[in-house]
Amino acid sequence: MTSKKIKPKTIKARVGELPKCPTGIHGLDEITLGGLPRGRPTLVCGEAGCGKTLLGMEFLVRGALEFNEPGVCISFEETADELASNVGSLGFDLTALIANKKLVIDHIFIERNLIDETGDYDLEALFVRLAYAVDAIGAKRVLLDSVEALFDGLENRPVLRAELRRLFRWLKDRNLSTIVTGERGQSTLTRYGLEEYLSDCVILLDHQVTETVLTRRLRVVKYRGSTHGMNEYPFLIEEDGISVLPVTSIDLKYSSSSERVSTGVPALDSMFGGSGYFRGSSILISGTAGTGKSSLSAHFAAAACARGERCVIFSFEESADQIMRNMRSIGFDLKHWMDKGLLHFHSVRPTTFGLEMHLVKIHKIIKEFNPSIVVVDPVTGLLHAGTSFETRSILLRLIDFLKEKQITAVLTTLTDGSLAQEQTQIDISSLVDTWLLLRDIESGGERNRTIYILKARGLAHSNQIREFLLTNHGVELREVYLGEVGVLTGSARVTQEAKDASAAILGHQEIERKQLLLLRKRKVLDAQIAALQLELETEEQESQQLIAQEKLKLVKSERDQGEMADSRFVKKAIPVINGSTLAARGRRK
Amino acid sequence: MQPKLKRITQKVPTAKWQLRLYVAGQTTKSLQAFANLKRICEEHLPGEYHIEIVDLLENPQLAKGDQIFALPTLVRRLPEPMRKIIGDLSNTEKVLVGLDLKSHQSSLA
Repeated sequence: MTSKKIKPKTIKARVGELPKCPTGIHGLDEITLGGLPRGRPTLVCGEAGCGKTLLGMEFLVRGALEFNEPGVCISFEETADELASNVGSLGFDLTALIANKKLVIDHIFIERNLIDETGDYDLEALFVRLAYAVDAIGAKRVLLDSVEALFDGLENRPVLRAELRRLFRWLKDRNLSTIVTGERGQSTLTRYGLEEYLSDCVILLDHQVTETVLTRRLRVVKYRGSTHGMNEYPFLIEEDGISVLPVTSIDLKYSSSSERVSTGVPALDSMFGGSGYFRGSSILISGTAGTGKSSLSAHFAAAACARGERCVIFSFEESADQIMRNMRSIGFDLKHWMDKGLLHFHSVRPTTFGLEMHLVKIHKIIKEFNPSIVVVDPVTGLLHAGTSFETRSILLRLIDFLKEKQITAVLTTLTDGSLAQEQTQIDISSLVDTWLLLRDIESGGERNRTIYILKARGLAHSNQIREFLLTNHGVELREVYLGEVGVLTGSARVTQEAKDASAAILGHQEIERKQLLLLRKRKVLDAQIAALQLELETEEQESQQLIAQEKLKLVKSERDQGEMADSRFVKKAIPVINGSTLAARGRRK
Repeated sequence: MQPKLKRITQKVPTAKWQLRLYVAGQTTKSLQAFANLKRICEEHLPGEYHIEIVDLLENPQLAKGDQIFALPTLVRRLPEPMRKIIGDLSNTEKVLVGLDLKSHQSSLA
């Protein structure tokens, strides 16, 4: 049965695994495969300012709001008001939660110079306070931030350690899912070795500044009885809390669509067998400066909008206005789509935040806007925000994320003229499915743009170089001139084409002339044939007459001879009766 | 035990020394702390003190006000400033220093 209730965020723990307590923090539940151990304390440690308290508070707030699990915060450092205003900037309204009995904040203030110790004691009052708070609202979650303050405030370490051990036992017995924060020590996870007592789950937070950009990282050091993501995961503290990036989906599971999406340029579509890119694939457009990468990607975006699809353009070089103006010059009205709500621009300087922040922003915008097309122009812009290794890993994650969401992504990258054309600066070519290369060809005193498909996974594609024109009505592709003189583009191509055209005209004329000549010849010959025929007929006629005359002559002579003979015969034997008359006649003659 | 604690609590309502002892039930530690406190007060502040016992098992909400986290805790509410002494008060010397009685006396001497 396919369940209708799809809750992708809650990942169920496998059978036999620990019951887990979802934190509700973006990404953390994915890394821990469901959340923190339920009913057990988790140690969150890290240096000052790395976000321990915030993580703990978010755990409580989300617990209360999303999982109906009220929480208690025992704060040894900040007062309830301070905490409320600190996390208020993340949109958490602690005051309301407290009023609704979803949260109790108890501030335990330890002023060492007002406290003396004599003899035996215990921390029973802490237990009393905690129990009181937990019972008051039926809490399921606890944050202890940070019990280390006790080490600073109290001298009797053996007592303190014993009491902490008892405290953590007590929390387990009460089945409270707890976060205990601890400051990072020199060589240990926490200054006072809290990890000795809290061995169920340990999360380490860290922050590093590389080239003035801060990157926060989270790592699950230990998770007893559960598998978990092992890596360092970058995380961010944003307007709505913490976002941890579960880097790569560990396996390549995304489905691949065989649906096609138009590139927005019909001629380019035809280079891909007529229908463009695969939906959900990632397309890299690389080229040197000014080769038309942005224009080509804008084409794609505009075509998507025209189909009614949603599109986000992440720009790391130009502002939204600038892009729109530029695209207007090649005949695109992107503003129209923006007004319609189909197009969204996100333009930021790459150096504004660290890489992770960019990635998280991209994630967030994509989740909010839900586009089917994403353009990142240029991804190389991100290079300035981190080392190339980081950039590569971020891009890998970005591409993975987009693929998972079945979003078709166009990434542009600026290649350095000095590098080999087929080498992108951040070497992401292996990550993408389709790679278009835009290239300048310099000849005859001008630079002309050409385009060709370097690779297209699973797509039949043209192997030809096309000339790429930016006209005032968009991108046009032309066949480049491939002649005896090599590849010609621009004016050279036009000239050559003109030459070809005139040559062709000349050829045509020659043919016509030849045909005319032939025709004439035929006519002459025909006339000759007719004359000869006539002659033949005349001769035939004459011959016939002669023959007839001869025949007549022949017949007449025969008759004459006959008559002669007859007449001679008659004289010899004249009949008795009439002989006198006949003989008389013959004599007269 | 309880009636005994209460009786002493009611002794001098407007004393110069207002002391409050936080405990959680009648544990060995709390009884010991109370006994020690009473002895020290009788010895150093006769007739000038008032001890209030707060049992957090009965009134857990009271722990917050004086920021109590360890038990037993003795709080010197008056004279100002407020002082806290944690433990069973077995080290008289330390209690006296903690209550500012030691320096108080030595300055008089």
